[in-house]
Amino acid sequence: MADLYQLSSASLDALFAALTADGRRILAPTEADGRSELNPVTRPDQVAKDYLQTTLSAKETVFPKVERLLSYTQAPGQVDLVDAEPHAVPTVLFGIRPCEASAFAALDAVFNWDYRDKFFNARLEQLSVIGVSCARRDDACFCTAVGGGPGATKGSDILLTPMAGGYLAEVLTDKGRAIQALAPDLFQPTSGVDKAALLANVPTAFDQPALTAKLPALFDSPLWSEQSLRCVGCGACAFVCPTCVCFDIQEEADKTGGRRLRAWDSCGYHMFTLHASGHNPRETQGARWRQRIYHKFSYYPERYGQLGCVGCGKCTRACPVDMNLQEHLVEASQVNP
Amino acid sequence: MELREKAKQLLESGDVKAVLGFEPGTGGVRRPAFARSAAQAEKLVFDGEQNLASYVTHKEVKRLGRLALVARPDTLRALLQLMGERQLKEGDVLPLVLEDGQVRELTDAQAIEEYLALTAKELPAQDRELLERLGGMTRQERWDFWQKELSRCIKCYACRSSCPMCYCEHCTMDCNRPQWVPVPSHALGNLEYHMVRAMHLAGRCVECGDCGRACPVGIPIHLLTFNAEESVHAQFGQRAGASAKLDYAMSTFRPDDKETFIR
Repeated sequence: MADLYQLSSASLDALFAALTADGRRILAPTEADGRSELNPVTRPDQVAKDYLQTTLSAKETVFPKVERLLSYTQAPGQVDLVDAEPHAVPTVLFGIRPCEASAFAALDAVFNWDYRDKFFNARLEQLSVIGVSCARRDDACFCTAVGGGPGATKGSDILLTPMAGGYLAEVLTDKGRAIQALAPDLFQPTSGVDKAALLANVPTAFDQPALTAKLPALFDSPLWSEQSLRCVGCGACAFVCPTCVCFDIQEEADKTGGRRLRAWDSCGYHMFTLHASGHNPRETQGARWRQRIYHKFSYYPERYGQLGCVGCGKCTRACPVDMNLQEHLVEASQVNP
Repeated sequence: MELREKAKQLLESGDVKAVLGFEPGTGGVRRPAFARSAAQAEKLVFDGEQNLASYVTHKEVKRLGRLALVARPDTLRALLQLMGERQLKEGDVLPLVLEDGQVRELTDAQAIEEYLALTAKELPAQDRELLERLGGMTRQERWDFWQKELSRCIKCYACRSSCPMCYCEHCTMDCNRPQWVPVPSHALGNLEYHMVRAMHLAGRCVECGDCGRACPVGIPIHLLTFNAEESVHAQFGQRAGASAKLDYAMSTFRPDDKETFIR
């Protein structure tokens, strides 16, 4: 049970000042030129007022689009290898939505599956999340179908739910309590607030456990190639996704040295599974689209005991041809194997 | 005849195997939609923004058989350009255009050329203004503008995937023996990708703007190829997609070329 407090709108100034004084970078949604992005801020008035979500997800903070893993110099008979150290700065993510906050667990499942990834972990350790509940939604949202909700606490260290005059603040973890301790007077004890009444209404779009149970039998269904006919095979969905974790390892080198980089990759690309022989086990866009669905709703639950989707809808919003994920999952739920 | 009626007729007669148009999508947007039966044709609408010509080179779409598609002038230009570049056979597609509320079939390249001859190419005012603003900048200012914009690029390739003229099965970006262009989305990787794409589209870009529309992070990336295309038009008086015959400035050699460096 979380400790419940009230935080007035005016007190955010002092909270941001306290976080900055503590040496923490604050990343929050900003809105300029029609773009909704996560950017460093120092004052609450820099935070977007009426945003739904940022276009890109917060995964960048722990899994950047490009990251150096090592570098080396070479001369005849000699190679000097230098391990890269993670560039992790104390960071507070302010204002991300409960769906995105819950997505860090899906990334964690992969980055700490067998090998503990020091880059991911260093950043995650330095990260605190002050989530903000959703008072509204759009047609792409389906968090409630995948175990989340507009006021779900998973992944947030403090969850703020907007209410008249400020926020209902749930302090959920040690990291959250550490933030509270920076400005204890701002958090006023409260009780009797009807949190549910403050949240957006997100009806459950489909029966996810039933869908997950059915997917193995749907593997050869023509549904996937039918759904993916309009897919153009870009990586927008994967790159904006808060849980998509596939990466490529690239070596950039010349005669004197080089560096090894990790970069985002996408299973939607036609070369993603292309073998050196020329054979491609996922030769059509239908097979690649199916992989995207199955990885999130079948393989992830099987391997990690959790879903690889948080229902944020970023993929749907970013898709140039409106491959609406929720709609396709609803359709799959209604098909008989 | 209206679109749905025409689509049904074409599908039922077996004249085409699929009709590609638009349908209402999330939050009222229009998205591409394939109808492969008369029943599926019920959802089709004419008004959508995308250039549907980008689909005609998809393997999965080619396998469907002969395709009718809803076409705006930019779609038709792309189809002609694809024919000129030997990526599309004249009879494999049947463009449908709207004239006075009626759907008209453009049955061959000549019909497309004639239709387009009556349609002047004009850039949207907003793009024209931004191009002029960029043109009025100093080199340094322009460089700074693009550096800032491209820093947002995540190399998702939505621009390439949405472009009707980016049909290469093996794009230069995907060549790794040697790796011509860095794969990661760092400053150099982003810059080289977009420079290569703009150069490859100079004289071939039909200026539909789909690359810019597709960009999830809102980079006006279409202005790079627009600028290259406008420059080819200014220098050589040619526009991409005017004819199904291959004759465009950047890759056609003529023994009587007035420039001497090439001989």
